[in-house]
This record gives sequence, structure tokens and C-alpha cells, in this order.
Amino acid sequence: MSKELAVFGLEGKVAVVTGAGAGIGEACARLFAKAGAAVVLGDINVEACERIAAELNGQGLQAKAVRLDVTSEDDWAALKQTLVSWKNRWDVLLNNAGIYIGGMLENNTSAQVGKINQINIESVFLGTRAAVDCMKPGACFANGGSIINLSSIAGLIGVPGHSIYGATKGAVRSLTKHSAVEFAKFGYGVRVNSLHPGLIETAMGDQALQDFVDIGVVANVDEAAALLKSAMIPMGRLGNVQDIANAALFLASDASTYVTGIELTVDGGFCAA
Amino acid sequence: MSCQGKVALVTGGGVGIGEATCRSLAAAGAIVVVTDIDEASGSRVAEAINAEGKSAIFMRLDVCDEPQWQAVIAQVIERYGRLQILINNAGIANICGIEDETLAGWRKTNTINSDAVFIGTREAIRVMKETGGSIVNISSIEGIVGDPMLPAYNASKGAVRAFTKSVALYCADKNYGIRVNSVHPGYVTTPLVSGALARLAQIDAEAFAQRVVANIPMGRMAEPAEIAKGIVFLASDDASYMTGSELIMDGGYTAR
Repeated sequence: MSKELAVFGLEGKVAVVTGAGAGIGEACARLFAKAGAAVVLGDINVEACERIAAELNGQGLQAKAVRLDVTSEDDWAALKQTLVSWKNRWDVLLNNAGIYIGGMLENNTSAQVGKINQINIESVFLGTRAAVDCMKPGACFANGGSIINLSSIAGLIGVPGHSIYGATKGAVRSLTKHSAVEFAKFGYGVRVNSLHPGLIETAMGDQALQDFVDIGVVANVDEAAALLKSAMIPMGRLGNVQDIANAALFLASDASTYVTGIELTVDGGFCAA
Repeated sequence: MSCQGKVALVTGGGVGIGEATCRSLAAAGAIVVVTDIDEASGSRVAEAINAEGKSAIFMRLDVCDEPQWQAVIAQVIERYGRLQILINNAGIANICGIEDETLAGWRKTNTINSDAVFIGTREAIRVMKETGGSIVNISSIEGIVGDPMLPAYNASKGAVRAFTKSVALYCADKNYGIRVNSVHPGYVTTPLVSGALARLAQIDAEAFAQRVVANIPMGRMAEPAEIAKGIVFLASDDASYMTGSELIMDGGYTAR
């Protein structure tokens, strides 16, 4: 591969993907490995990660599965030890793990808000802190890096049934900008960007479609998908995990060395209208 | 990140971001039509690409000249049979407060930076709808935030940003398979920036440059090649679900 094209890849880099057991996280982990990275797949569902890692290793790629509850400080500390003993390097963190809780705002509970904030926001704080603590000058690896935070178009615009989920994604957007500016100002060599998918064909995407039914916007999920495609997504299709993984790879790689603090929207034109 | 076999036209391809984009597109496998109003710089870029065993051709294009756009695109179709990537990159900048800006200066900036993007995009869509494709319009961070000394440039780049979204939606509605996105570079070490600074008195130029760099969290301007990589990403099929989006590459300038 020419040097010019090599910057689009991740040869020689170590990447951590959270929530790598399914959906967008799985697709990103697979693509990062294919692009040459040694990939740590973290998830509370470690069995899924082990299966994917075994498959990737079988293809001659480099992957390792770890149990990672992104809300656990202990698990992040253990991850650091894994990285030290595995490749003694850490270049990329994809903060992808997250949950969706829908419903009309008037029916949402404080317990739901507490739970979704912890999993979708606090996890990004813990992951970012763990990464920068390893990547900044004078730290254990000190090779700089790229952190990508999965937000959503629900962190940019309003959608019925998405109040508490969207609020977490807005927080991720904001956390991204503050940490990006701070790390750049202090010369850490760590870039931080947020990625904003539209509705993607995943288990979580299905949950969002079902929620449109539950709150009474449409009669069934087929109608929900049809409405989105015909009236809300200019490109006329839902996104797929590969669409998001390709964008994540751009942000992870040295093709984006001057990119920090941005929002990259991958939504088939949803937010342009 | 492949553009293998795709025919790509770049405006203002002779220097700066345009030159770097031509080189990156060629490296990604595209057949590059380097266009520029300046024959010497444009042909130099095309020759350099061909000398590396990649594919490029130079065609002279004044982006403000509507018949010339039509002639150049007709030539591209005659020669290659298709046009799948258009990079509307040509542009100018003039550093000048609003009280000193002339109507002629305002019109010049907006004609080259905005009107020309309209002409090029319209002409490209007329042929690109046969094959599908990707149009990348080079706006600027100055199309998103304001600068007290760039009123005409701010207006022209804001126009490109909004125009891009309109065309993205139009092409999606028509099922043309054409994606349209805008790129928003921050300050880049190019002739556009150095030229604009050179037209100022030295003391003003130094003050402007110092203010700008102080406002970039990364603390440095970009190299043209860094911006080119993002343009190639949007041009390629890796960005297949992106249309009407903005790709900012500014070292954190607009995040602060």
C-alpha cells in the first residue's frame, strides 16, 4: 500500500471498541482489525466478543476480547493492564457502548434517567479519562491518540420519544468538544470527535422503531420504517453498520490528523432538511 | 479508501488544497481532471501525477465562465464517458473590514466562491445523474463562524454551506445517486492564506496571523494534504450514507 493510502488505515495501532459484541461496535471492531489495528473488543457480553475475536484471529487479524462494563472504574483499570501486557500501546478508543430508553417524557422515570445517563454519558467520561491518562505526554504509552464518541442525530435534533436518550447524546456531543479543546490546548496529541448516526439497522434501531409504535406515532414497525424512509430520510433508506464503521475509521486514522472537536453526521441527509 | 477508476474533476487544482486533493485522489485510483485558471500550475500538477504512473489531465477552467464549464464537462464526457466526482475547490479570500469593502470586491469574492459552485454543481449533475457520484464543495470554517475582517468571504462560504444541503436534498429526492457534502477547513498553509496576508501591511498581517493561530486549539495551521484526506473520504464510497453533511477540519477552531 502506498504511503498516501496507508494513512487511511490503522497498521501498527491498538484500538479499543466498547460495546463491541453487536451492532455498530462489532462492525467497527471488524473494520479496524481489517485496517491493520490490534483490536480489543470490550463488552459486558464477553462471549460475543470472544466469538468475534476468535473469528478475526482465524483470519490472521489481531483481536482480543475483554469483559468491559463501561460504567465500572475497575474494569477500565483492568483494561489498561490488558493493554500494557498485550501490545504496550493504545491509539484509538471508540466509546460506542450505550443503551436506548424511549417513551413519552411524561412517562419517563428518574430511575430511567439515572440509568441511561450512567451508561451513555458517565461511561464516556470514564473511558476518555482512562485513555487520556495513557495517551498524553509522560503517560504510560504517550503516543497520542484518537477518541471517537458515538453520539446520535438525536443529540442534534428533537424526535418524539427520544427525550432522555437524546439528552445523553447531547451530553456526549458537548463532552466531546470540551475534552477535544482541552487536550489540544494542553498539547496532549489526543483528538476527540463525535459521530452522529441516523437510524441504523441494529437491535437498538429496532427498539427506536418499536418506540414510535408504543408512543402511538405509527401503527406498527413496518409503518415506522416506511415513514422514516419516505418522509424523513432523504436518501430513502435506513443506515447500516458499515456506513458508520467507515466514518469511524476515518476519524480513528491518520487521515484526520487536523480533525478534533467535530460532529460527523452520517444520516442519509436527515439533518440537512 | 478507494476511488479506483472514477473520473474526478477538481477546480483550482493547481495549488494549495486543490493540488493536494488532485494528488490524493490520484493515489486513491481516480482519473483526475485537474482544472485551474492558471495553466502553468495546473499542468504542473497533472504532469507530476502522470510521472508517478497515475492518471491526470489538465484542462483550463475559469470557474466563473458558464460556457467554459459546459465545454470542459463535454470534453470530460467525450474523453472518459463519465464524471463521478466533482470537487468545487477554487476560491479567493480578501482580508478587509466591512467599512472598507467595495461592492466590486464583494461581488468578485461571491462570484468566484459561490456563483461558480452553483454553475459547476448544476453542470456536473446534468451528466453525473447517469452514473451517480459525489460532489464535495469546499466551504470553510468561515461559512460557520464569523470573522470581523472577512465579511465577503464569510458570506460566500455560508452560501456554499446552505447551497450544499439544498442540492443534497434535491439529488436524494430525484434518486440520482449523487451525494453532496461540504468541507470546512480551518486555516491552512496555502497561497490563499499567504496571499491574503501578503496584501496587508506587515504589522496588520502579523496581528491577523497571531490572532488566528492563538484561536486554534491545536496551535498550528493545517497542511493541505491533511484537508485533502477528508475530501477523498467524502468522494469515496466509504461515505455512502453521507449527504448534506459538513466535514469540519479545523484543529478544534469551531469547537471552542
